[in-house]
Amino acid sequence: MANDPEEKQPPVPPAAEKPAAKTPSAAPPAQTGGGARPQAVAPTSSPGAGAPKPPAPPKEAPPKPEPLDNDLVKRYRKRFGDAIREATTDRKQAILLVARERLAEIAQYSREEEQFNFLTDLSAVDWPKRERRFDVVLNLYSFPKNERLRLKVHASEGEPVPSVDAVWPVADWLEREAYDMFGIVFEGHPGLRRILLPDEWQGHPLRKDYDILTQDTTWVRENLGIESGQ
Amino acid sequence: MSDTRASDFSNVETTVLGADEIILNMGPQHPSTHGVLRVKLKLDGEKVVGSECIIGYLHRGVEKIAEHRSYQQFAPYVDRMDYVAAVSNGLGYCEAVEKLMGVEAPPRARVIRTILTELQRIASHLLWLGTHALDIGALTPVFYCFREREEILKIFEKYCGARLTTHAFRIGGLQYEAYDGMEQDVRRFCDDLATKIDEYEQLLTQNRIWVGRTKGVGILTAEDAIAIGATGPVIRASGVKWDIRKAMPYAAYDQYQFEIPTGQNGDTYDRYLVRIEEMRQSRRICLQAIENIPAGPIMARIGKVLKPPPGEVYHSIEAPKGELGYYIVSDGTVQPYRVRIRPPSFINLQAFDRMVRGHLVADVVAIIGTLDIVLGEVDR
Repeated sequence: MANDPEEKQPPVPPAAEKPAAKTPSAAPPAQTGGGARPQAVAPTSSPGAGAPKPPAPPKEAPPKPEPLDNDLVKRYRKRFGDAIREATTDRKQAILLVARERLAEIAQYSREEEQFNFLTDLSAVDWPKRERRFDVVLNLYSFPKNERLRLKVHASEGEPVPSVDAVWPVADWLEREAYDMFGIVFEGHPGLRRILLPDEWQGHPLRKDYDILTQDTTWVRENLGIESGQ
Repeated sequence: MSDTRASDFSNVETTVLGADEIILNMGPQHPSTHGVLRVKLKLDGEKVVGSECIIGYLHRGVEKIAEHRSYQQFAPYVDRMDYVAAVSNGLGYCEAVEKLMGVEAPPRARVIRTILTELQRIASHLLWLGTHALDIGALTPVFYCFREREEILKIFEKYCGARLTTHAFRIGGLQYEAYDGMEQDVRRFCDDLATKIDEYEQLLTQNRIWVGRTKGVGILTAEDAIAIGATGPVIRASGVKWDIRKAMPYAAYDQYQFEIPTGQNGDTYDRYLVRIEEMRQSRRICLQAIENIPAGPIMARIGKVLKPPPGEVYHSIEAPKGELGYYIVSDGTVQPYRVRIRPPSFINLQAFDRMVRGHLVADVVAIIGTLDIVLGEVDR
């Protein structure tokens, strides 16, 4: 993950910043279109159909995560100290990595004091080779500030993550989905059980070590008595 | 709040029922659930005292599939989530990957994307209006709505060859140039649409049966809507003036003037009015956009093999149903490490239990309709 590159073990070695930065040009992104931008042209004239002229590539360096230390982060740090493990910005989006045990408290603070009153999304990412394999990711939004913030916690298998259901009721189904897909247990959730998959389903499909054929072949063998042939 | 959540009677066998209470199963094969939604209703006579949605019948593991495809290969899959608004899904995905790579589609591509996406919004709302009215018992509007929707699908077909699962956009811009006469087609459609929307309103807005079946039904307060994560027309009908096209503009929306319609009561009738007005505003955006399509290329210069630099991005758009978000994590390879899709229908459906309590069984149908869910997106 972006937050801890030294722990990251991608399946294929990352071939860093090549593809996006291939075209050399210093022009900023707004200057595309060969200067004829505001002019009205009927689409029928198909100006770019034959050999599309490359627009100026929008940036010199590929985007990458960088440390963040703005007022928001300072306020969080002041309030929670070490519980704010890391603050980064990736593609201009603020990310806070926080201590798992204090997630509920930090969530409460985010809603009450920092006005992040809307939990847009809650999900997880699996990094099986890391010591704590799961990232639980909360995307917050603030209506008053029109701002987004991403909270993250690390959790290893079987480590319960505090539920934020009491803070944002929308987390009910979202946490059930994360449990369903990753097997992450949310402590304090009122009814943690599978949501998309049937109750008798084995395993958690979005884990990286869950092979997409496993379930299928087993099911066919057990229920139809033949080999699935996939 | 916690006493009104769906989880409180998870299991029919262990649910304690009062003397007059029964459990009624509805779906997954029920004509008004718009797909394979199953609802368990706890009834006291005709009154709903609790409900639980059982979903997942259409789960295809889209997020897992994404991890086994390249960025471009996954693009057609997103069309199969909200299959009545495939263009919007594609726009969200393409923009999210573009953001991840740090490229931007050229202005011409952005404007054409905006036009097609707004047409898609109209098509989606038309389909909703027709079927919603049909559910409640008004048989006529569905024919009118499908008549107009057909014109939009024809424009899509002429543009990219497909009507429903269009795969209209590519990462970095567009594959196809606007076809000859697209401008005229869109303008003709938009010109006609104004009177057509008035026609629908004549059928419904003052109709006593319609008003009786929708006013005061399925009320969602603004507070509840925010708490439960509702987005799109659902939250706007509750009085929250929030639209991602305005709040965090994408594509070419910052260039156009349009209003955000809101409601006051957050009931089914308000959601109907909001969606009707949204169609008018979408028409307005289309007309503005078609006036001035900038010249220039339609595709940004990106390689054939996409390897976004390691990192992550969250990007969301205002899809017809609400906030459609993509959270994509890249590890620097050709395949996404993780694609998380934030489906608006899935989260809006969570509000169902709050909205349905205290109403009659017949209103359940109206409330499912007013949420405008698509099960392909709920279950992914």
